[in-house]
Amino acid sequence: MADEQKPEGSPTPPSAGGEASQPPQKPAAPAAKPAAPKPAAAKPAAPAAGGHAAPPKPPATMAATPWTSDLAQELKERFAGRVLETSTYLGQNFIVAKPDSVIPVLEYLKLEADFDYLVDVTAVDWPKRAERFDLVYILYSFARNERLRVKTYIPEGYKPETAVTVHLAANWLEREVFDMFGIQFAGHPDMRRILLPEEWQGYPLRKDYSIIQQDQAWVRENLEIESGQ
Amino acid sequence: MPDATFLDSTELVLNMGPQHPSTHGVLRVILKLDGEKILGTECVIGYLHRGVEKIAENRTFAQFNPYVDRMDYVAAISNGLGYCLAVEKMLNIEAPPRAQAIRVILTELNRIASHLLWLGTHALDIGAITPVFYCLREREEALKIFEKYCGARLTTHAFRIGGLLYETYDGFEKDILAFCDWFLPKVDEYEELLTNNRIWVGRLKNVGILTADECKEYGVTGPVLRAAGVQWDLRKAQPYSGYEKYEFDIPTRQNGDTYDRYLVRMQEMRQSVRIMRQAVAAIPEGPIMGKVGKVIKPAVGEAYVSIEAPKGELGYYIVSDGATQPYRVRVRPPSFVNLQALDRMVRGALVADVVAVIGTLDIVLGEVDR
Repeated sequence: MADEQKPEGSPTPPSAGGEASQPPQKPAAPAAKPAAPKPAAAKPAAPAAGGHAAPPKPPATMAATPWTSDLAQELKERFAGRVLETSTYLGQNFIVAKPDSVIPVLEYLKLEADFDYLVDVTAVDWPKRAERFDLVYILYSFARNERLRVKTYIPEGYKPETAVTVHLAANWLEREVFDMFGIQFAGHPDMRRILLPEEWQGYPLRKDYSIIQQDQAWVRENLEIESGQ
Repeated sequence: MPDATFLDSTELVLNMGPQHPSTHGVLRVILKLDGEKILGTECVIGYLHRGVEKIAENRTFAQFNPYVDRMDYVAAISNGLGYCLAVEKMLNIEAPPRAQAIRVILTELNRIASHLLWLGTHALDIGAITPVFYCLREREEALKIFEKYCGARLTTHAFRIGGLLYETYDGFEKDILAFCDWFLPKVDEYEELLTNNRIWVGRLKNVGILTADECKEYGVTGPVLRAAGVQWDLRKAQPYSGYEKYEFDIPTRQNGDTYDRYLVRMQEMRQSVRIMRQAVAAIPEGPIMGKVGKVIKPAVGEAYVSIEAPKGELGYYIVSDGATQPYRVRVRPPSFVNLQALDRMVRGALVADVVAVIGTLDIVLGEVDR
């Protein structure tokens, strides 16, 4: 088990508070949001107007509530200071870990808590935030019949450690995260693009990548047409 | 005088696909061979990548609904169900009971259609020509019911967020029951053709074995996991859309080889018929659409919802920033994750086994590449 207390040396301390770690998120969707009703105007009025299940909390953050269970307690004790938040939203539990603690947490969850199936690895881009990306690991336990999301917030350029050492399934999933977001995983056995061509420039699922944007140079060179549009 | 080149046993790199009839679309597999033995494989995918997840961020929640049909186009209804359930979860609503029952019927019918296409093409790959004609004939009847219900055969867009748009047509129940009665003996017919067929058994038994532990390690789900002896089906484990009301079994086998996966899927078709019969017998009266506003605008937050698609766990991870468009939609495709295990399954096997294993994984490249 590699989850013994490491010296606290995270290069990127995410904001410490539990709820507060989701900063005001109006991502100012770049460029290509078409003629849909602009949500910005509706924002302040949301608690009153948001017809369905209007959350009592301010609308800009997820109305997550603390997740209390033996496992949450155990995680908080064992990873004191490294698991920052244990919450639940819509009946789905998630924890937020420090970027350098994700792998020990996944390892602990797999070996000690039966979360032996890595369902998915993905990311979310919040360009306005200091820690630009959410990195999300979705886990499932056959024995408990429970799901759990492990999230971490990482800044641009941070190279999270690969989860392939814990779950083989992470291999292609992390490659796809790299392909779409440009997040490099340290120690990954095969860190290449998976869906896009290897020479492609740019990371399409970043918010600053427009929906009609393409790597025109690549298109010209390889497809021998002026534009892919 | 012996020619040195004949004795030289260098590795051979063989390219299979992307235009190859038995790769079920545009999958390219690079095989490293020693004679006929496979030393390693590498999958090259992405030929069908259309950026579905990016498109989602630029459409409203309702506008994105038809796009999901284009991922696993063989089981479009399952895709739609997963997406609608995920958005409904974000809105914290549920479809009315009547809509749920109709959803279950159509989804199970789609499971049969998907398995039929798998069986036909899988048998064709192995060299049995007949089953594909039978399978497509039966699948046609299922597609006709979809067409009668919603006007489309393949990319159906059958469900809407909050329920259904269309009420059932007159004689829907009768059509479904007639299909069930007519279809069940056909499954026996396929089994008669294949199950004890010496060539079929010879080509499938002990080929592409994936144990239960390996399945979990690689995140492989669906019939592949069940053929390895894990009795796990999301319809039972975490029921959605009212599946807890129906009685059905989860077929499992123990060996985890290609033959077992074949048997599991055959059983699943029978179970789907069983579910459809129960559901048709008890479609509740009432509305088919829940209380959903004209503008779908979930509160800030995120949810992951998954269903048991014909190919395995199909999940949607949706993040909302409170706008009318999703901030992020991540699709967890069963085909993509299952395909990752291909290398493990064929290492050390023969070239001909690759064809059998690709067939048995039941991948749809539209879903692998999205």
